[in-house]
Amino acid sequence: MINKDKIVEDIDEDIDLNEYKVEDLKTSKFYNSEQDIPEDLKDSMKKVGIEVDSDKSGIFLQSGNNPDLCVSKVQGIELMPLKEALKKYDGSNGKLNLQDYFWKAVASNKDKFTAEAAINEITDGYFIHALAGQKTIFPLQSCLFIPPFPGLKQVVHNIIIAEPGSQLDIITGCTAHTGAKSAIHLGVSEFYVKKDAKVSFTMVHNWNETTKVRPRTGIILEENAKFSNFYIVMSAVKNLQTNPIIKLIGKNSSYYGQTLIYAKGDSYFDTGATAHLIGEGCKAEIISRVLAVDDSYVIARGKIIGDGKNVTGHIDCSALLLSPTARVDSIPAINALNPEVILTHEASVGKISDENIEYLMSRGLTEDEAINLIVSGFLDVDTSPLPPSLAKETEKIIDLVSKSEMG
Amino acid sequence: MNDNMLRIENLTVRVDNHQILKDFSLNINKGEVHVLLGPNGAGKTTLIKAILGFKKYVVESGKICFKGEDITNLSISERVSKGIGVLFQRPPEINGVKLSKLLTVCNQKRSAFTKETTENACDSDLDEYMNNLAQRLKFSEDYLERDVNIGISGGEIKRSEILQMMVMQPDLLLFDEPDSGVDVENVEIIASVMRELLDRDKVPSKQEKSGLIITHLGYILKFLGHITRAHIVMNGKILCSGNPKQIINAVMKNGFEKCKECISCIDPTEKFEEVDFTL
Repeated sequence: MINKDKIVEDIDEDIDLNEYKVEDLKTSKFYNSEQDIPEDLKDSMKKVGIEVDSDKSGIFLQSGNNPDLCVSKVQGIELMPLKEALKKYDGSNGKLNLQDYFWKAVASNKDKFTAEAAINEITDGYFIHALAGQKTIFPLQSCLFIPPFPGLKQVVHNIIIAEPGSQLDIITGCTAHTGAKSAIHLGVSEFYVKKDAKVSFTMVHNWNETTKVRPRTGIILEENAKFSNFYIVMSAVKNLQTNPIIKLIGKNSSYYGQTLIYAKGDSYFDTGATAHLIGEGCKAEIISRVLAVDDSYVIARGKIIGDGKNVTGHIDCSALLLSPTARVDSIPAINALNPEVILTHEASVGKISDENIEYLMSRGLTEDEAINLIVSGFLDVDTSPLPPSLAKETEKIIDLVSKSEMG
Repeated sequence: MNDNMLRIENLTVRVDNHQILKDFSLNINKGEVHVLLGPNGAGKTTLIKAILGFKKYVVESGKICFKGEDITNLSISERVSKGIGVLFQRPPEINGVKLSKLLTVCNQKRSAFTKETTENACDSDLDEYMNNLAQRLKFSEDYLERDVNIGISGGEIKRSEILQMMVMQPDLLLFDEPDSGVDVENVEIIASVMRELLDRDKVPSKQEKSGLIITHLGYILKFLGHITRAHIVMNGKILCSGNPKQIINAVMKNGFEKCKECISCIDPTEKFEEVDFTL
């Protein structure tokens, strides 16, 4: 259990990456189609909302450090392992030069986790490229899976490019096998959303109480680009820290991020998002909902820097404490570098009020039923910023995950 | 046959460290509607919350019987399951819980409590039923999709409360200021539903429901037909009970302070007609 008397800055424990190993990639499998995926893996994938046999635009699967499956079904949307993409897009013959996007949204020297991903030659991941004007009708799916290999280090680097006027809907599920003891997941994701393009990204994490997780995400939004980000973690985790950096450089670009965390056991989360509003008239909304039980500890951050003219930003961090030993620190920060900005925040941490419980009990609900109704209302996230098919999928995932994790 | 609906015997209730109700007694029979009047802080809302069994309202002595059964130590939901319903004066905001969802839960509870079979209540029937109720209260359908009590006016809150009562159909209805903060037009809408919920339009022998109404204004009573009795509550006790018309007129004319001296009611020369309050 984390010592809660320590101040926040002290808690982030040091991780020695030398303690982790990479599996022997020579023994890795490669599946030719979805049908080849073994049933137990399919079950794991299902828990993070990845339905293998469903009619989606494409699917990418990486177990450990090896891409196992990559199927793209839609013209105009490319999906391939990053290493392959780097070879293909070398800038020759007027082609895209992927090096122009390599470590531009996330700095390779940001910390030792990004450095590990930059240096380690095994690093692979997915490359998604929506060509100009192309739109996905059904979401693309990607799954990063940690196999039952003790002390495994999974190092992933993803690059997603949405060319002007395109629309990309992505569901990503990251999960660990129940037998994956003391593994670490390092995931670098770089998003480049160009003029008038729209990316909707739903990410579900399902770890176990021994997993350490360090996602490092950078998002660059050009003029009029839109990004909707839904992040859901409802499983136990050992220690998870993430804080995507969103740079809204283009005029009128917008970011909407919603994080949903159900923290249980001894889980420690330090999650947030930082939006830098640079382009004129751009806007960001950062929302987090945290439900903390048992001895869990969650730090919910949100930071918006208002730089450009007429930008608006809002942070809403609310947390419910459902156990006397759970702890949540809510840290919203707004920073105006220009007087012509409107930045607001609201934050709340506390238990469910007796007044609310008794009100519902006066309609005949038992105390437990009243608490359940309030909790499910708390978790009823607003999926309206997502395109309809992804919104439906996201609601389904939240429903499924909350049922399996919360009983 | 026991016609008693609610019987409160010598109830003393403490909230935090203050005794609010002292040796309070009240009897309401089946088919009766009583009105409770009194200044702010007299203990009227405390009475309602004590009848429901809210945690903060500690019964130090006395008992509450409902339909002949002692309910003093039952949980809120157990009391409600026996047929008590309440319209709150200031209900809390419930984030993320839509009114439509709450109404559906109320409906399930009502069916479970009355052991009513729900075989014909498929989802679309239920939606239509809810929408019809909502329309009567001049709510648009999208209103039902809003979070309970969030971002709505005082009048809308009262209508939302009574909508829940329409679904619950309790035998004893407790109304805590159903008319405060409500404009004239909406008072009439609320009153017409109260009338129906309280069987006011049935012949007395068919009146099965009972009510306890807390009000400051008395205006709403105009629309409710026959009121059985009115009571004046002051300092946690019933100071005076009697003919509603007589009592309300006296209060309207002289205020509650005079009630302490009980001038108005014992003065035989007092002409109640002077205050035009048609009940």
